Amino acid sequence: MPVSPGAMRATTDKMTGTLLATIARLISGASARWIDCQPDTCQRVYFANHTSHLDPIVIWSSLPGYLRSLVRPVAAKDYWEKGLVRPYLARTFNALLINRTDIKVHQSPVDLILREIGDRYSLILFPEGGRNAGTEIGEFKSGLYYLSKKRPDLELVPVHIDNLNRVLPRGEFLPVPLLSCISFGPPMWLEAGEPKADFLRRAREAVRRLKDV
Amino acid sequence: MDNIKTIVLMGGVLAMLTSATAIGQYLKRQGELGLNAAAVETFNNRIRSWWLMCTVLAAAFALGSWSRPTTVLLFGLISFWALREFITLTPTRLGDHRTLSWVFFVFTPLQYVLVGLNKYDFYTVLIPVYAFLFIPSRVALSGDYKRFLERTAKIQAGLMVSVYCLSHAPALLSLPTPGPDRHGQNARLLFFFVLVVQLNDVFQYAWGKLIGRRVIAPQISPNKTWEGFVGGIASATLAGTALWWATPFQPWQAAALSLVVSIMGFAGGMVMSAIKRDRGVKDYGTLVVGHGGVLDRIDSICFAAPVFFHLTRAYLLYLEP
Repeated sequence: MPVSPGAMRATTDKMTGTLLATIARLISGASARWIDCQPDTCQRVYFANHTSHLDPIVIWSSLPGYLRSLVRPVAAKDYWEKGLVRPYLARTFNALLINRTDIKVHQSPVDLILREIGDRYSLILFPEGGRNAGTEIGEFKSGLYYLSKKRPDLELVPVHIDNLNRVLPRGEFLPVPLLSCISFGPPMWLEAGEPKADFLRRAREAVRRLKDV
Repeated sequence: MDNIKTIVLMGGVLAMLTSATAIGQYLKRQGELGLNAAAVETFNNRIRSWWLMCTVLAAAFALGSWSRPTTVLLFGLISFWALREFITLTPTRLGDHRTLSWVFFVFTPLQYVLVGLNKYDFYTVLIPVYAFLFIPSRVALSGDYKRFLERTAKIQAGLMVSVYCLSHAPALLSLPTPGPDRHGQNARLLFFFVLVVQLNDVFQYAWGKLIGRRVIAPQISPNKTWEGFVGGIASATLAGTALWWATPFQPWQAAALSLVVSIMGFAGGMVMSAIKRDRGVKDYGTLVVGHGGVLDRIDSICFAAPVFFHLTRAYLLYLEP
């Protein structure tokens, strides 16, 4: 039976995806904890604190294999389109690349993201915007709010990343293989009529709380 | 004859582990005995890790001419993981990142390559001299002087304990033991060492639970008592003496070495507990949920290995008639 080039490429992508997920887990020593939450194929937004360039990859890798093809990390286009390796990695991880510098009113990233995920994919995103140098979680940008306002059916799952900033800090290219921990918390939703600032504070608190559990 | 010794040694350990497993499972089913369920669980976890340890060691020994490199590689991986746990627990700063890369990717593999090649003159000084001097130099280059001595000392200590000290256990396989069957002799030497250290751990725990009254340092470890210490060391020394036939030693020499190894094992456990207390964790394993806590299992081996290696080497070179 002839195999179409597209199907072939999908298969190799899947295999390299599994391989890279294993490598990412080995390097980051990441253990995943599911706290009052279970892996599920329903449409979700995993939102996490941002500490390292490895964040999207490590969260994606710590999901069970059957979920990975359904979950797309949102990542910065300017970073992930550079060079030869990064675009390849971004494709393997099924990343959804967003242009941070070129945001227009009629083409907001939220609309773009919603169009891309359709009624099938889940997302991994980092509402702080940039990476955080310190240990405190920064204020959340409003994207998460508009996303759930337009699609209130999406489950919002808080994710806390611990110690990954020491594995690969800002400006470094060689990771140090320490141990890190990814905690998935109980899903939340935007309450009817909840003000934006309250919701964003509640979401940030949901991530922060996972550090102490 | 020598093969029989190895078989008897392995068989004995197998019988012991089997009975320990049976006891552990029995205790687990006897909820109404009023035993502490967590303590039984700890006991069963320990037995499980011993099974793993013994299976892996036995498999490595069975590989013939490949057994030495395999065992060295195995201990290298354990060191790597232990160092991971140690440094994760240690608050390093951003300026230490490049130094840590060197420590993980250069010094740790190099130490085990040198042990594998049996370059005694080099693997005994690589970390205490070269890495010792390199680490503060590289950290200084980063320009971050905050808590400088503390940071460098912690990296040095982590490398010494989890890599340098532990690497002396597989180095036992290269010692010039007498007799026609060096391969078997050395394998039994390593097995004897690991066995005495582990037995000392168990006996100290058991004696402490049974008759322990006077706690040695309550702030560091409420489980370690003088009764457990003396009882454990005496029992492990007796066990070690009874195993003299498997080693190149006379009975009294096996006794003396077992005594030293037990005391060092105890010291290792104490020191690692103190470090954990300081960092506010109970086990290296609970630090990151789901990881085994390798450092918890090997703390006594780390402290005992270089001393046992050194004394055995001195004996074989200078005293062996």
